[in-house]
Amino acid sequence: MENSSSTTPASFDQLNRDWYIDKAVQILVFIGGISAIVFIVGIFVFISKEGFGFLFGEFNFREFFFSPNWRPTSESKETFGILALIAGTASVTGLAMLIAIPFSLGTAIFIAEFSSGKTREVLKVTVELLAAIPSVVWGFIGLAIMNPIIIQTFNVPVGLNVLNAGVILGLMAAPIMTSIAEDALKAVPDRYREAAEAMGATRWQVIYKVVLPAAKNGLLGAVLLGVGRGFGETMAVLMATGHSINIPTSVFDSVRALTATIAAELGETAAGSPHYQALFTIGIFLFIVTFIINLIADLVVRGVRKG
Amino acid sequence: MSSRTILFIVFTLLATALLAACGGGEQRQVIQNKGSDTLVNVAQAWAEEYQVVNPAVVVAVSGGGSGTGIASLINGTVDIANASRAIKEKELKLARDNGQDPVQHVVGFDALAIYLHPDNPLDEISTEQLAEIYGDGGSYLNWSDLGVDVPGCQGQEIVVVSRQNNSGTYAYFREAVLGDADFKLGTRDMHGSKDVVDLVENTPCAIGYSGLAYATEHVKLPCVAQEIGGACTHPSVSTAVDGSYPIARPLFMYTNGQPTGFVGDYLNWILSDEGQCIILNKGYAPATEANCG
Repeated sequence: MENSSSTTPASFDQLNRDWYIDKAVQILVFIGGISAIVFIVGIFVFISKEGFGFLFGEFNFREFFFSPNWRPTSESKETFGILALIAGTASVTGLAMLIAIPFSLGTAIFIAEFSSGKTREVLKVTVELLAAIPSVVWGFIGLAIMNPIIIQTFNVPVGLNVLNAGVILGLMAAPIMTSIAEDALKAVPDRYREAAEAMGATRWQVIYKVVLPAAKNGLLGAVLLGVGRGFGETMAVLMATGHSINIPTSVFDSVRALTATIAAELGETAAGSPHYQALFTIGIFLFIVTFIINLIADLVVRGVRKG
Repeated sequence: MSSRTILFIVFTLLATALLAACGGGEQRQVIQNKGSDTLVNVAQAWAEEYQVVNPAVVVAVSGGGSGTGIASLINGTVDIANASRAIKEKELKLARDNGQDPVQHVVGFDALAIYLHPDNPLDEISTEQLAEIYGDGGSYLNWSDLGVDVPGCQGQEIVVVSRQNNSGTYAYFREAVLGDADFKLGTRDMHGSKDVVDLVENTPCAIGYSGLAYATEHVKLPCVAQEIGGACTHPSVSTAVDGSYPIARPLFMYTNGQPTGFVGDYLNWILSDEGQCIILNKGYAPATEANCG
């Protein structure tokens, strides 16, 4: 073992200590690299396994997707319809995107195109800080602050509704959307801007006519990731929506989200019961939807990198 | 809320770890106690007080809900399960199949109070009216159906506040008020007794139900009658004890078989005057005629 120099390339051809270290590190890095795939497959297999009993037993496609009657603990007749829950998740996510898209695109354009130096650094750090606020804190803001404000401002019976959760979720999704949108804008080569300015375009024209179209894939990716974030968010929507099984007809209606239903009910459900398996079936559904959204977002963002 | 449950788990874990570390060679008995969120505050107080009575026994308390506690008893991971509802036939069968023999002990009573916003002029309500408000197909949608006009409540719509569908409180309220019927869809299903009170406090249009122990000075508790116009009873510890309050429920502890040894001693102490005065102090009714001076 004495004096086996690790710097000589020749040592890698021999089965000495350096060779083993090299091999071990290689294997570790490989495991790290594929671990994400292993985990995602593992999670999918796990939730599928738990949900399959329901899928092949009590599962009734029409009832599950087209009935708003979610009564898993009924004494007379248990029903498992998630239509109202899908409507709840969709309405809250939709409103959140209506709020988050202008906010995050505006912030991203300002940071990337207009600000510089200190302003830019402060803004970037602040936006990232916003992303670090725990979702239970957002939920608490919805419950304790937004609820009375909405009741008073809009003269409605209750402030825990689509509007409340949509605003909260919009603010939660905005930071990550801003970061990705800003990256997309930064990725547009400066020569595009210079060429446009050389032709006499104003700053607004440069952004509107040149930079935004060039960055559109990245911006679309940012929006889709925001949608995925909204779909998967649990704690804040549990607290701010009112958690009420209801197909909303206005933004002032209380609703209930798919994720919040799992969070609220799974803890006290007997393992292996139809209710438990139905909750896992919702999990499978959520997994597939967010997987598709993230996949599309990824493909879209990849598109801009190549082009 | 679950954050409180987590806090309890962390606390008890830390406490047991600490005690185990300090105990040295001394033999310590640990009682695992888990279940109902309604009972968790009391169970914690009992556990702390029992440390003084018998330092050789450590009681580790955690919440999670009646269903969780009973499930743990079925799996044989706890010595005592707390429940704010009686064990179900299904659960009993499951337990027997697993070689367990759940034995029920009534440790106290809880009056399920109806909560209203303080501005609500309604002073009494009957269980029939509650069924119209909460039950599937019930006809009451507005406060005018109850003959009142609630100031500050836009549109006079009744905002119905309920609990998540596997809480013991939810199950008991359904049994006591709705019978076999289901709850209406569209109720706001809160995730804890305290959350119900918080929401009602901030919402003039709201009505909710929760344990009496969660009452604050910012809510109103109407008196409850069996039928419209019937004699109505205010929720209190004494009306829960004498059975005159219509929606009061027993609180249970379940053990595997008749408890013996240190678990038996603990249960006997809970049912003693000392233990029963603790539950009274927490706002519940004692199971026995306790003399608390």
